[in-house]
This record gives sequence, structure tokens and C-alpha cells, in this order.
Amino acid sequence: MTVVTTQPDIPQVERSPVQPTMAKIALIGNPNSGKTSLFNQLTGLNQKVGNFPGVTVDKKTGYSQLTPKLKAQIIDLPGTYSLYPKSLDERVIIDLLYDPASKHYPDIVIVTADASNLKRNLLLFSQLADLLIPSVLALNMVDVAEQEGVKIDIPALQKELGVPVIPMNARKGLGVAALKIVMSQQLEATKATFFEVPAELKSLLQDIKSRFSLNNDYLALQYAHHYKSLKFLSEQDVAWMDALLQETGFHSITQQANETVARYTRINEMLLDIVRVEKADKAEKFSNRLDQVLTHKVFGYLIFFTILFLIFQAVFAWASYPMDLIDLGIANLNLLIQENFEGPLVNLLTEGVIAGLGGVLIFVPQIAVLFAFIAILEETGYMARVTFMMDKIMRKFGLNGKSVVPLISGVACAVPAVMSARTIENWKDRMITIFVTPLMSCSARIPVYTVLIALVVPEKYYFGFLNLQGLVLMALYLIGFLAALFSALLLKTILKARERSYFIMEFPVYKMPRWKNVGLTIVEKSKAFVFEAGKVIVAVSIILWVLASYGPGDNFKEARQKALAEAQAQNLSEVQTENRIASYQLESSYAGIVGRSIEPVIRPLGYDWKIGIALLTSFAAREVFVGTMSTIYSIGEEENVSTIQNKLRTEKNANGDPFFTPARAFSLMIFYLFAMQCVSTLAIVRRETKSWQWPLAQLLYMSGLAYVMAFITYQVFS
Amino acid sequence: MRKTEEERQGQKSVRDLKIGESGVICGLNDPEMGLKLLEMGCIPGTEVKLNSRAPFGDPITIIVNDYTLSLRLDEAETILLK
Repeated sequence: MTVVTTQPDIPQVERSPVQPTMAKIALIGNPNSGKTSLFNQLTGLNQKVGNFPGVTVDKKTGYSQLTPKLKAQIIDLPGTYSLYPKSLDERVIIDLLYDPASKHYPDIVIVTADASNLKRNLLLFSQLADLLIPSVLALNMVDVAEQEGVKIDIPALQKELGVPVIPMNARKGLGVAALKIVMSQQLEATKATFFEVPAELKSLLQDIKSRFSLNNDYLALQYAHHYKSLKFLSEQDVAWMDALLQETGFHSITQQANETVARYTRINEMLLDIVRVEKADKAEKFSNRLDQVLTHKVFGYLIFFTILFLIFQAVFAWASYPMDLIDLGIANLNLLIQENFEGPLVNLLTEGVIAGLGGVLIFVPQIAVLFAFIAILEETGYMARVTFMMDKIMRKFGLNGKSVVPLISGVACAVPAVMSARTIENWKDRMITIFVTPLMSCSARIPVYTVLIALVVPEKYYFGFLNLQGLVLMALYLIGFLAALFSALLLKTILKARERSYFIMEFPVYKMPRWKNVGLTIVEKSKAFVFEAGKVIVAVSIILWVLASYGPGDNFKEARQKALAEAQAQNLSEVQTENRIASYQLESSYAGIVGRSIEPVIRPLGYDWKIGIALLTSFAAREVFVGTMSTIYSIGEEENVSTIQNKLRTEKNANGDPFFTPARAFSLMIFYLFAMQCVSTLAIVRRETKSWQWPLAQLLYMSGLAYVMAFITYQVFS
Repeated sequence: MRKTEEERQGQKSVRDLKIGESGVICGLNDPEMGLKLLEMGCIPGTEVKLNSRAPFGDPITIIVNDYTLSLRLDEAETILLK
């Protein structure tokens, strides 16, 4: 038997006074074990994600009222099969669990386990149990397992494991109340041991234990495996470990393999009398039959592309109703304010703040519709089939079947998409995926596309339902996707591989989506967008309004006089005079000066200095383009033109023809398709790649590509 | 459970299974990937069945311990069968 001195003296000191404050509970489990559902059941809307929205990447925390008096903080950890992380995602777990001194160290862990896969789920549980952290086993989908003929003797299981076992169905919310009651009690770590540390390692572990004052052999063993990636160890500690392990000939991979086999043997023996299987194989058979169609070499791809097409039509057509309402609402609000109040502050409010806010809110319907689809595809298990079908093709381009998820998520927003690339274990595949993902047309490009498409593409229907504008939009998405693929191919030849590429993953059974999870995803993404991108957009709108309304020195003041004098000489009407004044003022404003100075560079693309201003201001976030255009063109319009489309439509060139010709509009769309106009993406890429090289290379590559492609487009169309 | 080069020669692997055919795992010949496979339940002595192939023949899905895993052919090749 392993000499495991039980709990008393370790971090217990920290743990006991926790009850009066707030218990910290970590939620951990295999992927697809219902962990996210349970987290949502426990916390509801009372949850927050880190700075950037990500699926399971960032540490999600939330609060749960266990009893009327007791509240607990719940930390959702990424899904994992063991305490030996295979990807960056899973590394979060060891950072949290191996540092008892940390203030985030959990008081209790809830281990979620899928009842129909108990054996594999218990592997992780047994490792946590050996770390002597008080735990509860949330045995999920017991009812479903029973229907499939898997019977579990729960009292016996509880006795063997030595911790409370709560049968539940997290999707339906069954058993959550019981779990809360159990968690509100003072829990202790199990007395059962699931793995005996090999005798030959005893003295090595003794050394580690005494150096780091640990009281647990298994934790000491984990230090030996993970010391290089444990953030809380000092350089001296790491050097000391290096020397020690060198000396004792510790071989991590062999030890891990032996441990896993030993644990499975122990679990198999334990479950012999506990789990009885009279399998009907219903769900699996149904899934398999469905897969014969959904992953078929013809129908599979046909269905996949139909789904993609449906998504684009939905984003464009369905979302347009709430968007029109928002657009109109903002326009009416501005009109109302302008009619009733006067002064420079009113202009700041209407032309700066409210115009900017409108530019943010208008996206929400599209983001909601898009994320509803993505969440449903993930929830049902279809996303895994997409990965499965696409792997061989994607590999040809230096990508990975798993790259499909970041690439498709990139259609919504590159920020969470780049983060979701963490699930790709292979360095090279991951870097390529991150590099090309921003080329996928994200939702921030939608307003640029939709405004310009509505301007130059007629609203025509073919066969009664194929919207021509929708088709053009789809073509733009396709170009982005192809650009991503070919850029990946280019990088594949440049980058050198550091390790082999893995694909092994669990193939989930088809399920009905959990609507609560879908709803929460929509809320989370929309919120993240409004607050993350919204700040930038509103701030830039205000700065821009100031830049466009004021100018340096006498030139700005003289602009008015000059315009007035000209108007008098040419006998212009009152509206035309005002128009002339505003346009001269804009030209001599700060914004005009910047815009003019870059005009020579962008003229080959068909752009004038007004568009130049928009290009500059939307460098931080491309959706700002629309806001900027709206602000620039609301200064000096002929009458009160309300919507952005109308503002652009009334813009005339020197000859009095419409300024926004198809050539100009398409050149702009292509520019925004390729250009990296997003500070948030650059920031997240730096964070994910841990270097400035990658985001800088991306910025140069994408901007260069955008310039060349927009140039070609303008020359071809005009 | 790791096999040497000679032992691997001519040894049957999951790659050689036909759809619907089963075999019993006797070893994993790639230590690092072996760890991942072990954790997912591909323990020597376990029965494994080839369930389906992707449209272009690769990747494949296998059934181990009543659940389905998907993996590439070159990964399947490292799971040796009796």
C-alpha cells in the first residue's frame, strides 16, 4: 500500500475557514460528459468569461446559491480525459490543481461522468481522488444509460469510490438540487486509493515531497511529470528537478502509460459487480444509420453545403428585419433630439455617440442568428462529422480536420475562433489555422458588405427564393475561404513541423441540442461583442466626430468664409450654401488632412480622401467603417437623410454622377475581405502565439493582399 | 506494452480491419500517441471494431468499450491486433 498520510496537515489550514466566506468549486470532466450543461444549470446567467469569448478555452466562472445562506463560486475547467494534458486547453487544469497555496485552489471538485461511459470517465476521477481533493461524482445521464441497458449500482459505486455519487440528468436539470445540498456539506477526500506509486519511485518522490513540503505521493509524482509547465515553480526549482530526474532516470511517458493501464485494471475490477450491461445499442445504431447519410461521400458534402448556404441566407434575410428596426429607431431618435435641442453637445450626442451606438447594435441580430447555428451544430454532434469529413481535404492544405471549427467560427468573429484553435495539439497545424482564420469573413465585415451590396447589387429574386444580394454575399464568403486555404498552403511549405499531427477524438452520438446552452451561447457572444467591440466603436466614433468637426488654425475658420464668398458669387440656394460650407470645413478638418495625405496611395483602388478617413479609423475595428462613413456623410448632406444607404447613394462625384459605382463598391468589399482591420484579432493572436512576429506577419500579409486584390478589382470593374 | 521493430513486422493493426470486423488490441507501437489512445480506452486486451470510413477512406471511426472514436489511418496503424 502506498503510504498516503491522509489530509490533516496539508492545505487544510486554508480550507477550513472557507465556509463563512465562499466555497470554491471546480467543475471537471471528460469532453461530452455534460459538464457545460451542469455549469449552466448551477449558475444560469450568473456567469462570466475572461476578457475574450471562447468556447471552453478560458476559465469560466459563475456563482451558485447552494442553500439560502450559502453561495459558492463555480469554476468550469476545460474537458479532459486525464491529468496529463495533451493540449494547451487542458494545461489550465494542472495550473489550478497542483498549487494548494494558490488562492484559486478549489475546496471541492465536481467530477462529471457520463453513465454510459463510466469506465473511461472514472480514469480522471481516480486521478483527482489520489490528489486528495474532496470531490463529488456527478453521474450524468443515468436515465439515458438505463434506457440503453446500462444499470449502475449507485450505493455500491459510492462505497467503492468513497465520495458522494449523485445520479443526474444535467440537460433536464434532474439531480442538481441534490448536488447542491451535498456540496453545502463539509466534504472530505476519499480514503480509497486507486493507484499505487511504483516502489522504485518512492525515494525520488520523498525528495520532491520534502522540497515542496507536499504530503501526497501522487501529487509529488505529478510534479515530476509536469514541473516544466507549472507556472508557480521557480527557475531554481525547475533546475533542481531537472538534475534529480536525470539522476534517477525518470521516464515520464513510460510512467504515464503504466499508470493509465494500472488505473484501468483497477477500475475494471471495481466495476465488475457495479455495472451491468444489457445493451440495446439503440442510440449508437441510430447514430450510425444517420452517419451513413450525413457522412456519405456525396450526400454528406451536399448536406453540409446546404447547411452553410442556409446559414448565410438566414444571416442575411432573417436578421434584416430586426436590423431595419434598429436602424430606423436610431435615425428617429437622432431626428427627435435634433428637432428639440440645439448646440455643439447635441451634435456630439447625435452624430458621434448615438451614431456609433447604432453601428454596434445593428450587428446583434446577425451575431445572434449565426451563433445560434454554430451552437446547434456543436450541440447536436454534427460539428464532429464536419471535422471527420473535412480532415483529408484540410490536410492537403496544411490544416487539420479540427481547423474546420476555428475556420467556421471565424465566420462569426476571429477572436473566439483563434482561441478555439487551442484544441489543435499540433503546433504547425495550429499556427497555420490561427494565421489564416482572420481571412474568413467575420461578422464585423457583414455591415461593410451589406451596406455596399445594398448600394450596388439590385434586390432580385431567382426562382422566388434565391436572393441575388444573398448570392453575392455568399461569393464574398467563398473568396475569403479560398484565400484562407491558399494562404495555408503557402505557409505549409514555409513552416517546419515541430511534431506529428494528431486527430484522435471521441465521436459523439447525435443528440438533440440543449436549447438552454444555445440560448446562453447567443447571449454570451452578443454581450461579448457589444462590450468588447462596442467600446472601440463608440470611442472611435466620438474621436472621429471631433476630428471631423474641428481643424487646425486659420484654415478651418477660413473655410467657412471662402465657401460663403463662393456661394454668393455663384448665387447658390441656402441648402447648397450650407452644403458647400460643410464640405469645405470637412476638407480642412483634422480628419480631412489625414484623409487627403493618404489619397495618392489609395487612388489606384478607386478611393477618395473620405474613404481614406474611413480606412484609417476602421483600422482598429473594421465595422467602424460604416459608422465613419455614416458620420462623414451626415456632415453636409442635402436634406435630412436618415439611413446610411441613402447617405451613400446621394453622394455625387464632380460630374454629378453617383460616386459609389459598382467598381468602387466591389473594390472596397474586396479590400475589407482581405485586410486585417481589427486590433482585437491582433491582440488575441499575440496572446495565443506568445510572440509579436505572428500578428505582425499577419498584418503585413493581409494588408498587402488587400491592396493588390482591391487594385485588381477596381481596374477590372471600371 | 511497446513492441520492438521486429515484432511489428507483418503484425495486423486496426488499419487492416474491414468495416464491421473486430479485433483484440495487443499493443500500441507509438509511445506518445499510445498515451492518448490508452486514456481513450484503447487498452491491450480490449476489443475494437471498425465502424466506418470517411468519404475519402481516411479518417475512420472505431468502436472501443461501447463508444466511438475517430482517428486517422496512420494513427490506427499504431494500434496492433492479436
